[in-house]
Amino acid sequence: MTTRRRGLSLLLVAGLGLGAVSCGSGDDKPGAQGSGGADGPVKITVGCQPPKSNAKEREGWDADVVAFQKLHPNITIESKDAFPCINPDTFQAKLAGGSQEDVFYVYYTDVQKIIKARQAADISQYIGDVKATKDLRPDVQGVFKSEDKTYGVPRNNYNMGLVYNRKLFTQAGLNPDTPPKTWAEVQAAAKKIAGLGAGYTGFGEYSAGNTGGWHFAASLYARGGSMVGEDGKTAAFNSAEGKAVLENLKTMRWNDNAMGSKQLLQWEDLMRMMGSGKLGMMIGAPDVVQSVNNDFQGKFEDYGVTAVPESEGKSSLSGGDGYMFNPKATPEKINAGLLWLEFHELTPGQGQFNYQRAKEQGRPVGLPIPDLYGDSATGKEIVALRKQFATVPVDHFTPYVTAQASITNKLEPPKAQELYAVLDVAMSAVLTRQDADIDKLLSDAESKANKILAKNT
Amino acid sequence: MTVTQERVRRPQSRAAGPRPDVDGRGALKRSVGRNLTAYGFLCGALICFALFSWYPMVREVVLSFQENNFVDPGKWVGFDNFRNVIEDPAFRQAWLNTAIFSALALVVGYAVPFVLAIVLNELKHAKAYLRFVVYLPVMLPPAVAVLLFKWFYDPGAGLFNQILGTFGIPPLAWLDSTSTALISLVLVSTWMNLGTGTLIYLAALQSIPGDLYESAELDGAGLFRRIWHVTVPQTKLILLVMLLLQVVATMQVFIEPYLLTGGGPENATVTVAYLMYQYAFNFGDFGGGSALGLMLMIVLMVFSTIYLRVSREAER
Repeated sequence: MTTRRRGLSLLLVAGLGLGAVSCGSGDDKPGAQGSGGADGPVKITVGCQPPKSNAKEREGWDADVVAFQKLHPNITIESKDAFPCINPDTFQAKLAGGSQEDVFYVYYTDVQKIIKARQAADISQYIGDVKATKDLRPDVQGVFKSEDKTYGVPRNNYNMGLVYNRKLFTQAGLNPDTPPKTWAEVQAAAKKIAGLGAGYTGFGEYSAGNTGGWHFAASLYARGGSMVGEDGKTAAFNSAEGKAVLENLKTMRWNDNAMGSKQLLQWEDLMRMMGSGKLGMMIGAPDVVQSVNNDFQGKFEDYGVTAVPESEGKSSLSGGDGYMFNPKATPEKINAGLLWLEFHELTPGQGQFNYQRAKEQGRPVGLPIPDLYGDSATGKEIVALRKQFATVPVDHFTPYVTAQASITNKLEPPKAQELYAVLDVAMSAVLTRQDADIDKLLSDAESKANKILAKNT
Repeated sequence: MTVTQERVRRPQSRAAGPRPDVDGRGALKRSVGRNLTAYGFLCGALICFALFSWYPMVREVVLSFQENNFVDPGKWVGFDNFRNVIEDPAFRQAWLNTAIFSALALVVGYAVPFVLAIVLNELKHAKAYLRFVVYLPVMLPPAVAVLLFKWFYDPGAGLFNQILGTFGIPPLAWLDSTSTALISLVLVSTWMNLGTGTLIYLAALQSIPGDLYESAELDGAGLFRRIWHVTVPQTKLILLVMLLLQVVATMQVFIEPYLLTGGGPENATVTVAYLMYQYAFNFGDFGGGSALGLMLMIVLMVFSTIYLRVSREAER
């Protein structure tokens, strides 16, 4: 019996304690399929085909694939659907298991980490053939660059703003056409909205699962602060701006009682609260409205977006997504993939910019994203098309769009997720503890962040 | 040839001549032939274990000493991954939280099912119904059960605070307070796993001969003395195994902090398994995550070995 018990315990320890992070093999070899000559047949796998549950967008994607293959008979696109398009839990496993797409979808947050880990192909020598990239905003192109080398193509680009519920503004006696421009105005508006009754939250903020640190960075940038020093090896958030971010939250949470009692909120929590129509304001990009409308029972017409208060003349944390290439993709596959991306993601009137089709399908048109081209000729063409086929109230996003002229996009810091995890502590402390010592929280976070950044070679 | 014939012939052939090799091979062949089906079943289990348990374990050990991007061959980095995670400020907190969680889960989650099993065993009516009710939470998918508690713990409209309110007790912050967050997770975990423990204890209790209780009763033993002198010794083996299982399972707590608190507030619910997840999937550092996993495995193995030795000594 003793032997049996020992065997049992060893099996338990071994089976339960291990294995969670170690599946997969790193021995994948590049597939021979589709690696023909310059004009030979090429087959590429492309990620982020809309899922079956999103029938209209999927129909559009599939039609685009057919049209593209007609234009390029030697190229076959094998679409891969997944929702969400990238999942950090499966990214490494797919790469290790050899099932990573040739052209894979990625968020801005992960781009530099992927480049640093050499998990994407260098496409510098091929990108010159993509004419559409000449008009791309340099900062957007810069997201996918490292030391003058290019590793990907953007699909979406935006920066943070203030998302607000216009209906609640009206209910609280506020004018939804003149959203808050200063944090003092945000505090006053939040107080009024929270005063509408039990369950109403004036201002919502994240503080768990690394999302708290992410929004700390967004608020910090908008106040003119920085997460890291110039060399990227020291933390710079223990500053007057960093302190102001936390003090502002502390005031709204404890003095004004305008942030609700439930904290440790993560992405989905605020989306759900916004969709339910009980949340007044939150930091977020225009894509928040899209998610709230599509997945959380909100209605486009109830929401508006403006710039983050007091951010004009300063910066805003940029976000977005795009595509990178499997490091084992052959040159033929990379060329074919770039042709597809130019066709589907970068050309006005086609693919993602086919607003006419989107309108006919009853899909929302008119959000001020993606902003890939800025004020260039291509950018203007896209804005005009968007206006022509708009199905959502474009005016609701005017304050956000107008402010863009004076706001600089700022990228996430190096070691973003690690720093966000550290700053979650400060954010959760301020939102869950009335006696939170902001100076100490920032100082502790700074020393932890410095240790992390010191390893950032 | 029947088994009887074979048994009869075997001594004769041994006596007939010295051909041990041939005879041995024959015996092996016969033995394999007789147990072919069993070996077939064993192969299936072995293949499954090899693929889904042992291979990932070996890979994890290898990964913990490598820097690996899963594209190029892994680069050996010695103990760098271990050094990095040990220097992480969250490392100590994660181990402390895990130890506290396990201790609390042991106090609550180990005792409650045993007591519940005794009560269920003593009941005369509605036994089957109550067994079903106790086992019900186990049938819920863990994520659903955890999210249910997310609503129960809501500081505003949550069920628990409403119950407290009816007794005039002020609301608690539950998950939002560093002092109550961890114990709140223990309650969820206990609730989710209560049914399995109770059923196992109940099965053990039902195997205790009734005359032992009768004798104890005749000797004048009350309820608690009967439990202490009959129930506990008779279920000792199960209690010991369950203790080991409980510790091994609770030291790997992940889903509760992942879904309920995201490690907060102020890292109060960051556990070793949660930190492992952060390293591997959020920071993209599989080496660090594997190093943490290996450390956890070693701790659990040491615990299991000491525990088994101590319990063996106690048995003697």
